[in-house]
Amino acid sequence: MFYSEKVMEHFSNPRNVGEIKNADGIGEVGNPKCGDIMRMYIKVSNGIIEDVKFKTFGCGAAIATSSIATELIKGKSIDDALKITNKAVVEALDGLPPVKVHCSILAEQAIKAALADYYRKKGVDPEPIVGKIKNCHDECPIQHG
Amino acid sequence: MTNKIIYMDNAATTAVFDEVIESMLPFFKDQYGNPSSVYGVGKEAKKAIENSREIVANCINACAKEIYFTSGGSESDNWAIKGTAYSEFKKGKNHIITSKIEHHAVLHVLERLSRCGFEVTFLDVNDKGLIDPKDVENAIRPETSLVTIMYANNEIGTIQPIKEIGRICREKKVLFHTDAVQAIGNVHVDVQDQNIDLLSLSAHKFHGPKGVGVLYVKKGITMQNLIDGGAQEKGLRAGTENVPGIVGLSTAMQIACSSIDERNEKLSRFRDKIIFNLSKIESSRLNGDPEKRLPGNVNMCFEGIEGESMLLMLDAKGICASSGSACTSGSLDPSHVLLAIGLEHEIAHGSLRITLGDQNTQEEVDYLLEVLPSIIEKLRSMSPVWNKERVMPQNG
Repeated sequence: MFYSEKVMEHFSNPRNVGEIKNADGIGEVGNPKCGDIMRMYIKVSNGIIEDVKFKTFGCGAAIATSSIATELIKGKSIDDALKITNKAVVEALDGLPPVKVHCSILAEQAIKAALADYYRKKGVDPEPIVGKIKNCHDECPIQHG
Repeated sequence: MTNKIIYMDNAATTAVFDEVIESMLPFFKDQYGNPSSVYGVGKEAKKAIENSREIVANCINACAKEIYFTSGGSESDNWAIKGTAYSEFKKGKNHIITSKIEHHAVLHVLERLSRCGFEVTFLDVNDKGLIDPKDVENAIRPETSLVTIMYANNEIGTIQPIKEIGRICREKKVLFHTDAVQAIGNVHVDVQDQNIDLLSLSAHKFHGPKGVGVLYVKKGITMQNLIDGGAQEKGLRAGTENVPGIVGLSTAMQIACSSIDERNEKLSRFRDKIIFNLSKIESSRLNGDPEKRLPGNVNMCFEGIEGESMLLMLDAKGICASSGSACTSGSLDPSHVLLAIGLEHEIAHGSLRITLGDQNTQEEVDYLLEVLPSIIEKLRSMSPVWNKERVMPQNG
């Protein structure tokens, strides 16, 4: 396979794997039919993401993008977390093979889905803040039926 | 043990045997002549090709003049199908029958032909990947020119009732082609006894070199050329012959076909041990038929995990294997074979194929069985879809 060392390192030693009991927000994106699902749990205090955990079903890139995404948002403000794009995820992993770019989109969406859930739980409409959560592989380069 | 590569992907390709390399070397060095030339080195090369043709023919109980050398399994499949489709088309026959679990070298050819006015029937298989010969019989129409059914499946190892399908085709006067790329060296292939009209094989699947294969064409069958040009292969397949490759193919084939029973005994023992032990893992299932199965083939699904992750972790332990997951197929859909035997997408994503070969040892099998369960456990512990309450339908 053509993964960078960074991808392999995060795949082999994924950070922040697990669940958070009484999480402030839980986001799940992807679809088992497509072969990848990411679930992200966040604990928020004073607008700061204090803790984050993930569980992922998917390929090496799906696990690595989940892992790096948790690193990118842990300890950050919600505002900073919302600014993280799939490109930032790809860059942080020293690149991804083209067919795996959708995994980075999934990671970005997982962060947003967790934050959307956080706002929903607080009774705030998340859409103006977080935007629309994209469904499975909306931007996927390969069509599938 | 982790420093050594444990190669368990022999359905993908195999290591070239030393004696095969030895047999090829003279044709790179002193005997480099063009077989079409009249002088000595050319004639030596020509002789080597004809000798190889005899060897190949003997291995499948054919005549030497029914053996055509090609660039490999894909070319042989392309030629068998297009070559007969075009010549039969002139007789008003435009219908071809195949199965849903064929190799892409067959399926994609037929998809192309169906866009060009041919009609193609893609037969279903049962949940073990077996074709019912009655379905073949029922699908044959007056305008059917060819039935093409693989001998043994590359992913799940299911061996088809080739002789019976061949008998039906003979009776109905329809040509019968089989892609036997995975079968050579694993099962006794006899084109006469098994009623086979055309057969594809590829050297690199039985410890020969890559880039060389064979199409067997029963005498009397008219074929259109796939590759036009010079007069090589009786004017039916142009291009200067791959002499070292052809010699390597015949050396490898002779070894493979003279040791089928020993190979079967050893590999099926390893295979069954792996299947027995991996079946103990919760929510696992065997894909394919437990008995009508290639001796070295293990294909299993483990619920809640994805195949590529499993392969990467096995690779980190030095084990080379393969999967039918989308991520390894280069698309987002899992293997068409696993879907055809009725697996749900999410289950098919978690497939693992182990294909054993001559060099594998008991020690390697034990090592695989030692490391794989903990890999599955680790991936399941990270998986949001792993749910212990859900029980998978068990196979067999």
